[in-house]
Amino acid sequence: MPTPSDPARGAVARRALREAVVKLHPRSMRQNPVMLVVYVGALLTTVLLARDLAFHPGDSSPAFTAQLAIWLWFTVLFANFAEAVAEGRGKAQADTLRASRTRTRARKLDDPTQPDHYYYVSSNELERGDFIVCLPGDVIAGDGEVVAGVASVDESAITGESAPVVRESGGDRSAVTGGTKVLSDFLVVRITAGPGETFLDRMIALVEGAGRQKTPNELALTILLAGLTLILILTVVTLEPLARYAGTRLAVPVLVALLVCLIPTTIGGLLSAIGIAGMDRLIRQNVIAMSGRAVEAAGDVDTLLLDKTGTITLGNRHAVSLHPVGGVDDHYLAACALSASNADETPEGRSIVALARSRYGQKTPSEGDVRVLPFSASTRMSGIDDEVHSVRKGAGDAVTRWVREHGGLIAPELQALVESIARGGGTPLVVAERLHGVNGSVRVLGVIHLKDVVKAGMRERFERLRAMGIRTVMITGDNPLTAAAIASEAGVDDFLAEARPEDKMALVKREQLGGRLVAMTGDGTNDAPALAQADVGVAMNSGTQAAKEAGNMIDLESNPTKLIEVVEVGKQLLMTRGALTTFSIANDVAKYFAILPAMFLTTYPALASLNIMRLHSGNSAILSSVIFNALVIIALIPLALRGVRSRPAPASVILRRNLVLYGGGGLIVPFAGIKLIDMALVAMHLV
Amino acid sequence: MTTNGWVQFGLLGMTVALLTRPTGAWLVGVYSGSFGALGFAERAIYRVMRIDPNQDQPWTRYAEAMLTFSVVSMLMTYLVLRLQGMLPLNPQHLGAVAPSQAFETAASFTTNTNWQSYAGESTMSYFSQLTQFTFHNVASAATGMAVAAALVRGVSRKGSAGIGNFWVDLVRGTLYVLLPLSLVLALVFVQQGTIQTLQTPVVATTLEGVTQTLAMGPVASQEAIKLVGTNGGGFFNANSAHPFENPTPLTNFLQIVAILLIPAGFTRMYGRLVSSPRHGWVLWSVMGLLLTAGGAASYYAEAHGNPVHAARGVDVVGTATNPGGNMEGKEVRFGIPSSTLYATVTTAASSGAVNSMHDSFTPLGGLVTMLNIQLGEVIFGGVGAGLYSMVMMVILTVFIAGLMVGRTPEYLGKKIRAREVQVASLYALIFPAAILVPTAASAVLPQGLAGLANAGPHGLSEILYAFTSTAGNNGSAFAGLSGGSTWYNTLFGLVMLTGRFAMMVPVLALAGFLGEQGRVPDSSGTFPVTTVLFGVLLISVIAILGALTFFPALALGPVAEHYLVNAGRLF
Amino acid sequence: MRTVPLRPAITLTTVLCLLTGVAYPGLVTVVAQLLFPFQANGSLLSVNGEVRGSALIGQRFTEDWYFHSRPASAGGYDGMTSGGSNKGPSDRALADTVASAVAAVVRVEGGTAGAVPSDMVTRSASGLDPHISPANAALQVARVSRARGISRDDLRQLVARHTELRQLGVFGEPRVHVLRLNLALDSAAARRVR
Repeated sequence: MPTPSDPARGAVARRALREAVVKLHPRSMRQNPVMLVVYVGALLTTVLLARDLAFHPGDSSPAFTAQLAIWLWFTVLFANFAEAVAEGRGKAQADTLRASRTRTRARKLDDPTQPDHYYYVSSNELERGDFIVCLPGDVIAGDGEVVAGVASVDESAITGESAPVVRESGGDRSAVTGGTKVLSDFLVVRITAGPGETFLDRMIALVEGAGRQKTPNELALTILLAGLTLILILTVVTLEPLARYAGTRLAVPVLVALLVCLIPTTIGGLLSAIGIAGMDRLIRQNVIAMSGRAVEAAGDVDTLLLDKTGTITLGNRHAVSLHPVGGVDDHYLAACALSASNADETPEGRSIVALARSRYGQKTPSEGDVRVLPFSASTRMSGIDDEVHSVRKGAGDAVTRWVREHGGLIAPELQALVESIARGGGTPLVVAERLHGVNGSVRVLGVIHLKDVVKAGMRERFERLRAMGIRTVMITGDNPLTAAAIASEAGVDDFLAEARPEDKMALVKREQLGGRLVAMTGDGTNDAPALAQADVGVAMNSGTQAAKEAGNMIDLESNPTKLIEVVEVGKQLLMTRGALTTFSIANDVAKYFAILPAMFLTTYPALASLNIMRLHSGNSAILSSVIFNALVIIALIPLALRGVRSRPAPASVILRRNLVLYGGGGLIVPFAGIKLIDMALVAMHLV
Repeated sequence: MTTNGWVQFGLLGMTVALLTRPTGAWLVGVYSGSFGALGFAERAIYRVMRIDPNQDQPWTRYAEAMLTFSVVSMLMTYLVLRLQGMLPLNPQHLGAVAPSQAFETAASFTTNTNWQSYAGESTMSYFSQLTQFTFHNVASAATGMAVAAALVRGVSRKGSAGIGNFWVDLVRGTLYVLLPLSLVLALVFVQQGTIQTLQTPVVATTLEGVTQTLAMGPVASQEAIKLVGTNGGGFFNANSAHPFENPTPLTNFLQIVAILLIPAGFTRMYGRLVSSPRHGWVLWSVMGLLLTAGGAASYYAEAHGNPVHAARGVDVVGTATNPGGNMEGKEVRFGIPSSTLYATVTTAASSGAVNSMHDSFTPLGGLVTMLNIQLGEVIFGGVGAGLYSMVMMVILTVFIAGLMVGRTPEYLGKKIRAREVQVASLYALIFPAAILVPTAASAVLPQGLAGLANAGPHGLSEILYAFTSTAGNNGSAFAGLSGGSTWYNTLFGLVMLTGRFAMMVPVLALAGFLGEQGRVPDSSGTFPVTTVLFGVLLISVIAILGALTFFPALALGPVAEHYLVNAGRLF
Repeated sequence: MRTVPLRPAITLTTVLCLLTGVAYPGLVTVVAQLLFPFQANGSLLSVNGEVRGSALIGQRFTEDWYFHSRPASAGGYDGMTSGGSNKGPSDRALADTVASAVAAVVRVEGGTAGAVPSDMVTRSASGLDPHISPANAALQVARVSRARGISRDDLRQLVARHTELRQLGVFGEPRVHVLRLNLALDSAAARRVR
């Protein structure tokens, strides 16, 4: 994902300033109950100021009321600015994306089997189910599924990665995204998204924050803040008659000032900025979340399901040794293994070839009349048949069954050997041969030891997750013994062995039934149901269309370990909200001590004892509090955008740290801040 | 302040601590249905009512049953008071109670407030006191306990539509908790001197030859349930200061213990039923700590006395023979420590029984009593009510602070989401609204000002205290306020009903919402609710929420009065 | 629409009314009258068959030869009313009342302003407080001694005999029972006359 370069920052800030004013429209203010109250208060104060200036000059100090009004407006503007800054970063990215969405001509096909008979239509006329053909140099006109052809595609517009990728029909690499460019060959694509619904469209909408809905947690917090605001409105409104009982008339601007200082404006003003910035941080990680809800859910994840292959281990296993059985010569075993693997282009096959060559000095057998039997899921073996013999290699039980079927005997030590390799985390590949001819014997030759290679640094990452209270479960097709060994080497908490696609789904459901939130990654079509079922399903951008539709996040870099970053972003989002709420509420203590004595200075001079900050005068106390309240919003914008630092630690440790920092800080900072502003106001003769 | 005074504080703490565990176990038995000693009586009652005791009610039905029962019983009391003159057991031939007074009194007893703006001995017949007030003392307490039990079920169940059966909870709470406890306590009180008779008042000739008429009545039976059910409505005007209600320092101590017994037991029951006994103890400790802080502040303020009176020649320094301090409105047998302890407990625990006159407390002593209620009746609180109010505070705390650990806030395996926050916020809003709005109105309207016994900030304190007490269903008073006017009777009645039922319904809704949820298993990422840190956090939220809401009003009442009295200003 | 559960509400109200409003207090009354008839009926103190008061309820004493109770509230130790002054700490009238009570103590009992026991010039919570503090009683000894012609030491002994200590050694405060003390004074006087 291309991120705006530094020169763009100035533009972002300028746009944010403009936006902050535009957002003063009542329609956008209505979104935020806390800031709406400030807005109405600022309006009211302004109207009263105008009235005072017009009719009652000298009734109350207009200079004071004017300053109050100005700072109340600043409070609103600062909050709008914060939101605009957060949105601005997304908008800049959306612009870049939009550039690649320029309308293109598409070569539409009426019959997908005849790719030569195309005619041109505009890309925005394409409907779901239409077929198009893309030739080299074409920008693919919409999201779709490749139905024929194979081509290299430049997806840098979406992923930012310059290396072209291969897209072909069938299998897990059949999805193409609108806006990407075909570099070679041709593709016939069935369009899967109508105009305006394409991935690119959605992505633009997401990064722009258009149609952004409050996430469940944000909604709950908004309700709490609205409740708190109502309580404080009640407190302030009823204060007027109580003061009247005591013989004081409180000016409305002063009451507005008290109210604005007390209601949680800090969090109220920054709440939406925090949410937008959270999405933005994900985008910087090259993850597109389809909803804010998914980002929040990421913070809540209890269980992480990770595929072993490609995520925990490197995608390929390596042959590390050969173990002959039944007195077979190890060089003979090597030769047979080599011939059986020669045509095997999988990384495992190649590693067997390499091992046979390097350690046993085997030469590549000459091309002869060789029939290659590729690996199939039903036989779970591969091998060759030539003039002399048939060689099979594969899973232990499959190969031994093959040997028995042909009347052969199994060497007694085989079972123990297979098990010991499996127990050590390796994959045993049994090699057997059947000699042709009348007295053709069948026998097991030995075992190839394939080993999984765990990616570097995985253990540390899982430890961090564990510290956060997240359990990791490795999913693998391996047998339980192998799985257990790799699980312990990688440091995951649990594993699911011999997993079939439907087992994955069952596991997700089982975890959820226990009340846990599950996150998983996937790319294949058979991952789709589980991805859809998981609370956080991260689909690889390289995956199939089905997987991408099913997940609620897409990782553009197609890095399965990205989940860990996603979880951290989710946690940070919630932490930031909590921290600023706590800060905001703790602030009120100091503000009471500043404003209340100031309000009743004339009636009950004895209450001056509560003026523990020794503020200069009533007016300066009130004004200082309002100014502090406004400035603190600006001061906390960077924190809102960056997010509270999240460290992997148990909840109790995080709580203690954040409580001291934001609760304690929230109590102390305003005492100092208000006092300083008071001193500054006095020095500048503003009060 | 004397060592002996602090020893009394310590003894109370120890006694309550020791009794919490068995009381909790008892409540578990009652509300989980495993007690059945009086099964025959229970079954007979259910048969008469034609209800199925095994039917599990969803929260809406539970609330409906609770409200219907309350309305019916309130209506009955209203009628009995209006027809008092025609009913039996009325040796003093007391007439009908006026309409607004009857409404307020019916509301008062139905809501477990027992605010009394009349003098019991000269207004209410034995029939009214027995059949209505004693009945409500039991029924309203059992209702509060039932709602708390329903909430406990909501928190502890998973994926359940029902939160129990209101009728069963009410009957079991009455049969297994309130009546047996009251029976025993009443007899102990009689042994110590509390009266229990249906005689007419006794006429005595004093040593100086003056006729003294001694009010009589079935006091002990009402006294016991008044305390056990945190009702607080006295037989006599002077309530537990009256020697016939609270004759000795020992009965006084037992009264305080009786007030705290069930509320304390509920924390234990809660801890056990939600499978987190430690959490129950954390709640207990938070309550205990707040109570101790209030008690110490009150004791300090009262023991130091009123500087205005000291300046006029009163020896406020206590000695072994002189009680010292501020003895206005306090009894000699209780002295300063037992009076402040009682005042703190009765306001904290929503009882409202008084053994000293809070109106005559020093400004800070009075502030403590008021603040105790304003913190939301969470410091042990009313029977049942204390627990559910505290759980509401916990929900708010968990939500605010829970976000800080980076997860959707979870409480005992339940997610706190928008609708849970919604009911908790509603709950937190209703309480200050019910206090501040009528206080503000009464502080400026002539109808409100007419009832004041004191001028200056203390007058405001009287109004504030009255609405605080009625909204908090406490029932104690700055009794100088003449609350018997139509204005106050009507407002108090409405405020009490709001403070009770408008808060119970959100509680039941919360119970329903939580019960529907599954239960998220704990992990190290779960917000901890069993730690000291959580306790500190909970105290902070309670204190800050209470302070935020009431600090301005308190500043104009007791706080201003404190500074003024110290400066020698009088009104 | 479903109907409101009126039937269970009404029947339960009736049943509980009988149970808690009749059966429970009735049972307590019967047992109390059987086990503790003296206390249950008001701890009445009779002299020669005539009820002179209750051991729990204070009386008003104005004569010099009696120890005086605490200042009376509005009810004036009438057993049919109870309650305190309900005057607040910043109340001018209360301060004035206290000031004149202090002045009276100085005048009548010969006390010194600043050393007047706090219970002596303040009104109790019930208005029926049967007790005074030992310091209060000690200050009255001189007056009663003068009026009765009993030596101060004898009086102090009598006061000590009617001083109740903390219950169980902990609860409450030391106090003097005014009615019992005055009854004892009268009976001692009667013995002397006889």
